[in-house]
Amino acid sequence: MKRLLSISVLLAIAAYAGVCSAEEVAAPTVNKGDTAWVIVATLLVALMVIPGLALFYGGMVRAKNMLSVLMQVFVIFSLMAILWALYGYSVAFTEGGAFFGGFSKAFLKGVTPESMAATFSKGVYIPEYIYIAFQLTFAAITPALIVGAFAERVKFSAVLLFTIIWFSFAYLPMAHMVWYWAGPDAYTDAAAGEKAAATAGFLFQKGALDFAGGTVVHINAGIAGLVGCLLIGKRIGYKKEFIAPHSVTMNMIGASLLWIGWFGFNVGSNLEANGLAALVFVNTLLAAAAATLAWVGAEWVIRGKPSMLGATSGAIAGLVAITPACGWAGPMGSIMLGLVAGAVCFWAVTSLKHVLGYDDSLDAFGVHGIGGIIGALGTAVVANPALGGTGVWDYVANAVAEYDTFTQFCSQAWGVGIALIWSGGVSFVAFKIVDLAIGLRVSEADERQGLDVTEHGETAYNL
Amino acid sequence: MKLITAVVKPFKLDDVREALSEIGVSGVTVTEVKGFGRQKGHTELYRGAEYVVDFLPKAKVEVAVPDGLLEQAVEAIVKVANTGKIGDGKIFVTDLEQVVRIRTGESGEEAL
Repeated sequence: MKRLLSISVLLAIAAYAGVCSAEEVAAPTVNKGDTAWVIVATLLVALMVIPGLALFYGGMVRAKNMLSVLMQVFVIFSLMAILWALYGYSVAFTEGGAFFGGFSKAFLKGVTPESMAATFSKGVYIPEYIYIAFQLTFAAITPALIVGAFAERVKFSAVLLFTIIWFSFAYLPMAHMVWYWAGPDAYTDAAAGEKAAATAGFLFQKGALDFAGGTVVHINAGIAGLVGCLLIGKRIGYKKEFIAPHSVTMNMIGASLLWIGWFGFNVGSNLEANGLAALVFVNTLLAAAAATLAWVGAEWVIRGKPSMLGATSGAIAGLVAITPACGWAGPMGSIMLGLVAGAVCFWAVTSLKHVLGYDDSLDAFGVHGIGGIIGALGTAVVANPALGGTGVWDYVANAVAEYDTFTQFCSQAWGVGIALIWSGGVSFVAFKIVDLAIGLRVSEADERQGLDVTEHGETAYNL
Repeated sequence: MKLITAVVKPFKLDDVREALSEIGVSGVTVTEVKGFGRQKGHTELYRGAEYVVDFLPKAKVEVAVPDGLLEQAVEAIVKVANTGKIGDGKIFVTDLEQVVRIRTGESGEEAL
């Protein structure tokens, strides 16, 4: 949710036309370039999930569980798409309370090809249908991230039931709290701005910045994963048997697709194809590259060898960390954020996890949770104009607002805290409900045989 | 007749086959196997999780030869499969009581 955009060109045209008030200038228009970009960005985010995330995760499990991971990701994507259209979009992106939206657009009621969704520039809109589809892909990838924490031991039916509950009571309110606002055109003057601000989501009102989903997607999914792997327990043979990735090659293909798709995720979140979009692009690229180097470097020094799995893990950690910050950081700030995320996430998955003793199979918490927290808090630092950031746009004053790192840090901490507590709490209850209703884990015999045959009746590789 | 069972490094398999062909051995059976000897295994690290890989892949070559060819065959294998490094493998020789060619029903050395 960035607020920085010059409308000076519009104002110049307005002045020339003899129109004096900004409100009249801001007659809603749909820009074809923006629309085309958001359509492409939506495809890129879909590519992140299928097959990107599916292969990234699938490569890390044993061959006997490959299809179970691919299926969980693929079917979650489809299930979330339907729920998003039925009620998800409405609950997340219509006016309601500070925590949940309303049902006015349930079943996409009232949306037509002429409907428009606000961007971050006054008077600039995109078709609402593509905004719905773009946001749909975010809602679809987030629950799919969680399954990495308890891969190789959970019933397929349990995954789906948990996902439905978690999507409804954790994802939708987080998206509403962080992202819902009345749009830039509501901020015509101080009084109107105040009135508009009061209708925004809880964390938006707190001033928490989350450009593309650091809290909504990554911390949200990461903490759900941590709660899951704590409640579900370790895989049979964890730390006793050889539970190594069956294909680091697949993992690398998946990570590369995630990296490419992330340009849709971050740059698409700008909703407009403009100069800021280009900055977001550069930031995303640099943070991922820096985090790759940091992880590989740390591994090389501490463990003796630089690994492929370390490189892919580092890239994802950097992408996660830059996600909330990408619209406010400068390129050098992005590199710093990436370096920190790569090194800290390396520590989290190689040391912290073993000290605390939980089995987060594919490090959903270690990479997405920890990386998300670093990114959310780090946003306060790298957004500072004094450190090459863009600062935060004031839509009433139509200028960059004064920036105070500490104030912003507190706002960011609100975002992190609410995400951890809310999503952690909802996850705990949801896992308990699923456990009582249908049971979370497969039987020991099934787990030993592998979920592909026992849950899906197929084998990944009939060689 | 003797049965030679040679466990060698997989990348030496082609050399072994060629060397045996040259001295007139007419057929071998090859199996991909795993095992350990003095070489022991190695460790692999995945995101900090350390696994000791105890069994290393080897190729097992089984050759049946007439007594007269035994020494030559063993020498040939030792010569080409030797890298001088630990893990080159071993050769086992056992007595072979009978051999039958299924297609013709021939038996003994004629069937080799």
